[in-house]
Amino acid sequence: MLSRIAESMFWIGRYVERAEDTARILDVQVQLLLEDATIEEEATCRALLSIMGVEDQPDHVDTSLVLDQLAYNLDSPVSIASALAAARESARRARETLSVPMWEAINTTYRALPSGVFHGMRPPGIFQWVRERAALINGTADATMTRDEGWQFMMLGRCVERADMTSRLVATAAVSANTGAPWTSTLRACGAYEAFLRTYRGLETERGAAEFLLLDRLFPRSVVFALNRAELCLDNLDSGGQRAGFQNEAQRLLGRMRAELEYRSLNDVVADLPHEMERLQRTCAQATEAVTRRYFAGAEHLTWQGVL
Amino acid sequence: MNAMFEGYGSRGPAYDEMFDGDDLRSPYLRLRSSLQTMTTPDLVSRVEALQASYLDQGVTFDIGGEERAFPLDILPRVIEMDTWSQIDAGVQQRVRTLEAFLADVYDAGQVFDDGVIPRQVIATSSHYHREAANVRPPNGVRVHVSGIDLIRDNAGEFRVLEDNVRVPSGVSYVMTNRRAISAALPETIAEHRIRPVAGYPQRLLTALRAAAPAGVVDPTVVVLTPGVYNGAYFEHALLARTMGVELVEGRDLECQRGRVMMRTTKGLEPVHVIYRRIDDEFLDPVHFRADSVLGCPGMIDAARAGNVTLANAVGNGVADDKLVYTYLPDLIRYYLHEEPVLKNVDTWRLGDAEAREEVLDRLDELVLKPVDGSGGKGIVIGPRATRAELDELRTKVLADPRSWIAQPVVQLSTVPTFVDGRLGPRHVDLRPFAVNDGNRVWVLPGGLTRVALAEGELIVNSSRGGGSKDTWVLAGPTGGKAAVPEPVDEAEAAPDPGSQPSPDVPIPPAQPAGTALSEMSQQQDQQQQGASRSFVEPVETPTDGDHAC
Repeated sequence: MLSRIAESMFWIGRYVERAEDTARILDVQVQLLLEDATIEEEATCRALLSIMGVEDQPDHVDTSLVLDQLAYNLDSPVSIASALAAARESARRARETLSVPMWEAINTTYRALPSGVFHGMRPPGIFQWVRERAALINGTADATMTRDEGWQFMMLGRCVERADMTSRLVATAAVSANTGAPWTSTLRACGAYEAFLRTYRGLETERGAAEFLLLDRLFPRSVVFALNRAELCLDNLDSGGQRAGFQNEAQRLLGRMRAELEYRSLNDVVADLPHEMERLQRTCAQATEAVTRRYFAGAEHLTWQGVL
Repeated sequence: MNAMFEGYGSRGPAYDEMFDGDDLRSPYLRLRSSLQTMTTPDLVSRVEALQASYLDQGVTFDIGGEERAFPLDILPRVIEMDTWSQIDAGVQQRVRTLEAFLADVYDAGQVFDDGVIPRQVIATSSHYHREAANVRPPNGVRVHVSGIDLIRDNAGEFRVLEDNVRVPSGVSYVMTNRRAISAALPETIAEHRIRPVAGYPQRLLTALRAAAPAGVVDPTVVVLTPGVYNGAYFEHALLARTMGVELVEGRDLECQRGRVMMRTTKGLEPVHVIYRRIDDEFLDPVHFRADSVLGCPGMIDAARAGNVTLANAVGNGVADDKLVYTYLPDLIRYYLHEEPVLKNVDTWRLGDAEAREEVLDRLDELVLKPVDGSGGKGIVIGPRATRAELDELRTKVLADPRSWIAQPVVQLSTVPTFVDGRLGPRHVDLRPFAVNDGNRVWVLPGGLTRVALAEGELIVNSSRGGGSKDTWVLAGPTGGKAAVPEPVDEAEAAPDPGSQPSPDVPIPPAQPAGTALSEMSQQQDQQQQGASRSFVEPVETPTDGDHAC
């Protein structure tokens, strides 16, 4: 497969996942701000922006600014709109390799932006719409794509992004911690609430929720699950087979991160959650660089719009 | 609903392809009776669905970086079997002649010695490339793909407007239009026997593989595109996808030791045949424009060394020079010993003193075209030009007569077209596409019909708001489904994806419309661009140039 196409596939995976997860994060936070009058709006909004990587924040920050920056504004590199546009641009570059239904799923999603449909949708509606579109794209990919290299790169992108974004989701829950409520919402945002209740037999604790979202090996949006999958993709791409260690830098980075999460005591991890999550995000960025160097070298570097 | 064609006025000088006065021409009998079962609101809703489907599928072309859906009119153009046979034969004849001419030009030049065409015509052509001299293509083919533009004159006769043997585009719309119209007018399609167009990519791939360098058993074929911002990117992607080959950009390629390689996730892999959709001038900065970033340094040397085949061949531009066009009838007689099947549009060469004098007298009623104007820059339509423009033109012609030809203003034929909620006559042209695999020249039955959407407009360019029509070549006698299948050649006889399952496999009763679904999903298969050459005034077209962005 052409390096340039492989790179496009990787970024399609990432951007679609990013749009979806940003919607999930916003869904939780907007809901919390509405429901809980005790939450201080400005501080929460600032924390949210900073978790999503917006460093230069204006003097006045409120919910509508957050929505603009993280959802609607095409000029904001961390917005859902720009993630959808970037996914479509990557898809356009790889168009001849995508299945037709796959291309159409991405293209019709993107078409909501120029047509104004996207900007006309209200917050709860738009988050649901983005989740549905992502499900449609992912489902179409799942049903129509050959499990070849292109697929592996797309899955790799999706999994790396998911690990990164789940860590941000966990971090946002930690922002407005100590009430128990944010974790419930976070779990709900992941569609994990029922699964969590069943797994933990109804005992809702902050620690339990964090454990579930970070370490559960069976839940598809947990960090460990995503890292495992990403490693598997890298394994599949490197069909040569390894005798000792990992020559693939990305695999080494992701594997080490996963092992650290899994083998350290949960107390340690939870003790400084925001810092721990930041470390995870840095690892994802480094792994991306390693993948780029190894497989996409020679292709023009697509700029990653967002946080590294 | 009989009102649909009521008040359809085509009383101008142009030939209307559907109506002869108030009478219907025979190829359209069935189309009209089928449309008459629909109400106008029904038709309107189909038109809307058609437009939405092109946007969702991304069937687009780019103008100045802006992506637009390619306009497709819901009313097809119908061409009967006999008329098409003539076009088919004429296009084949033309392509065979152009192949022979190019082989001669870049080799012995016998045609000059025999006095059929002055050597100077070629020597002064800006498209003559020394790089192509004495290079013999592996299977003798230089014109792998051609698009011969036709118009239908006031008498209803098809004539050649120009030959495109460099990088003709638009074929992808022929395929996507058919899919879209089958979805929009399924009943109407079902009532006709229309020759299929979906086989084009396989024909093209076969021709490209046949052109591989000697000794390469399983050649790697790629499509070379300037990139996503090229006007014809949609077409490039569609062709690559439907042929199942890589779509590469110049930066994906690298030349090493006289070979062209592409960068893959597993390292460099060799490339054997490049269907390039980039102009000669941008292919290789070593030989042509040094500032080109679209091609790849070393490609021409690799081609000259016989390690890679470029399709179409470098230097083909001399054959579609408009001055050479004027000699085509003579060239057909010279190389093939045949009479031309399709006539040219009457043309004056301004290099001839006598012709020049006549033309200069009648500047205000003729169309003047620069001979090397791919994309048709600098064309002047006499009746629409101002005094000052004509004076300026006169000066230019006198300064450099070789660079100009003149033609009468031809009224393109009209076909009913749905605009602003009603049907009106609109001018059309036709670009049939031909593929040469070295054994035979195959003409895709149909070709791209472009239509000028504004009333009275003669310019069909998409950049001027031109649209397109699905073009139906009937497989049987007009007026209905043919009772007797007439012979179609092998590729078309191959199972059509939309055809019925064979009768001895019963359809499970619970299974919903399997064929319709597969039809639909395949229909989503399309894209392409390119169409934009016009008839009278080929303005600024990405068509043959696929110019750099």
